[in-house]
Parts: sequence; C-alpha cells; structure tokens
Amino acid sequence: MNTVQILFFFLSVLAIFSAVMVLFSKSPVHSVLWLIAVFFAISGHYILLNAQFLAIVNLIVYAGAIMVLFLFVIMLMNLNANAEPKKYWWMKFAGVISGGCFLVVLVSLVQQATELTGKQALVKEGNIGLIKNLGKVLFSDFVLPFEISSVLFLSAMVGAVVIGKKD
Amino acid sequence: MPIQYYIYFCLALFSIGIIGVLTRRNAIIVFMCIELMLNAVNLLLVAFSKLHHGTALAIDPATTVGTDGQLFVFFIMVVAAAEVSVGLAIIVMMYRNTHSVDINFLNRLKN
Repeated sequence: MNTVQILFFFLSVLAIFSAVMVLFSKSPVHSVLWLIAVFFAISGHYILLNAQFLAIVNLIVYAGAIMVLFLFVIMLMNLNANAEPKKYWWMKFAGVISGGCFLVVLVSLVQQATELTGKQALVKEGNIGLIKNLGKVLFSDFVLPFEISSVLFLSAMVGAVVIGKKD
Repeated sequence: MPIQYYIYFCLALFSIGIIGVLTRRNAIIVFMCIELMLNAVNLLLVAFSKLHHGTALAIDPATTVGTDGQLFVFFIMVVAAAEVSVGLAIIVMMYRNTHSVDINFLNRLKN
C-alpha cells in the first residue's frame, strides 16, 4: 500500500460514510453538513487525479454556493426534526432492496467486463486537469456551449424569480 | 489506481443516492440525493478521462486526450447549479402552498 492507495481508500470510506449519514440524519441541516463532507471527499479525489481545476470548482460551486442555498432554504422554512411525517417501513424496505439490486447487478457487470481488466486511471500525473490546458480548450473549441450556458443561467435566474415570487 | 476501484466507488455513491430518493420523503433530502448521484457521475467521468489520457500519453507525450471529459464535468456542474436554483424555488413554492415539504403531498397533482 503506497500513499496514493491509502489516500484513495481513506477518501472513499469518508465519502461513503458521509453519504450514508446524509440518509440517516433526522435533521435536514445535519444532512446538508454531511453532504458537504461528501463534496470535500470528492474534491480530494479530483486532486488525487490531478484535476485541480475541477477540484476547486467543485468546492466553490457545490460546497460553497449550492449547499449554502440549501441551508438558506432549510432555515427559511424552519423545518424541525419531528416535521418528518410518519413513514411506512415497507416503503423503506422496498427502496433499500431495489437500490441494493441495482448495485449488485452493476458490480457483477463490471466484474465480468474483460475490457476493464488491467486498465489504470492515471493518478497524480498528467497535466490535462490544469487550468491552463482546460482554459485553452474551453475558449477555443467549447466557446459556443460556454456562451449558451450563460443563456441557461439567465433563464434559470428568471425562472427562479418568477416561481419564487409571492403572487 | 485500477479503474475498477473508481467504478465500484461511484456505483456505491450512486446507489446510496438512489436509495435516498426512494426512501426519504422530505423533498429537500430527495433533492440532495440527486446532487449526490450527479457527483458520482462526475467523478467517474474524470476517472475515465484520466484513463484515456494515460493510454494516449504512453504513445505521444504531448497529447491532450481526455480534456473533453473534464470539460463535460464542468458543464455538468454549470447545469446542476441552474437546476438547483429552479428546483429550490419550486420547493419553496410548494412549502408556501402546502406548509409541508413531504413529497407525498404532490400526488394531488394527479387530480
């Protein structure tokens, strides 16, 4: 076990534990905080893969902006932990069974795939994830999608204001 | 790092997201589980981009193969940010009308 593998397993266990705690937390505020922990672990994975731009964007956009928006909405609604309605145990049971079946089927599928054996993801090397290279491609080949995404943001902003406006 | 490890890890995160969507009834938590699934897919895209970059790097040291995958992840994040703003506005509107964020209240839409 070298350092990269130890970091990989540590970040994976942290992410999966935090993701499970997102489900099991009673209070929505605790769920948001655990989800922020998941995003930090995933950013650690990005850094491990030397995708530094995406690591920073993930932290700023997800952990910084989106989760703060969630916290604002939760605190605006003043949701209590006992506000969660009574739930049926068989509904939970069915959900866990179907999610587990999905996981088992896909894991067995990946285990049988002979194309994937011996393939290695390049860890801590390769410079395609740096801002210099990504920026060059983003502003030359992908400049039209980039501009279209600004229109998407404008329409999302107008939509959010129209929907959230008190009428 | 073998690519299978990344696939197993992302499948686990994605399945946790699916279980959350199926079992929880708080609309905000359901929404957060959708974000979790999006992030699992993002990480898998970056892992595959590094896989292809590694195989191309053995042939040509100056290659930029795999940049597209990481830009896809960037655009997914852009769309996710727009989606979250509209989705939370819908949840706020739903809370204002029903004074609850229970998604089972939404089945009154069918009448």
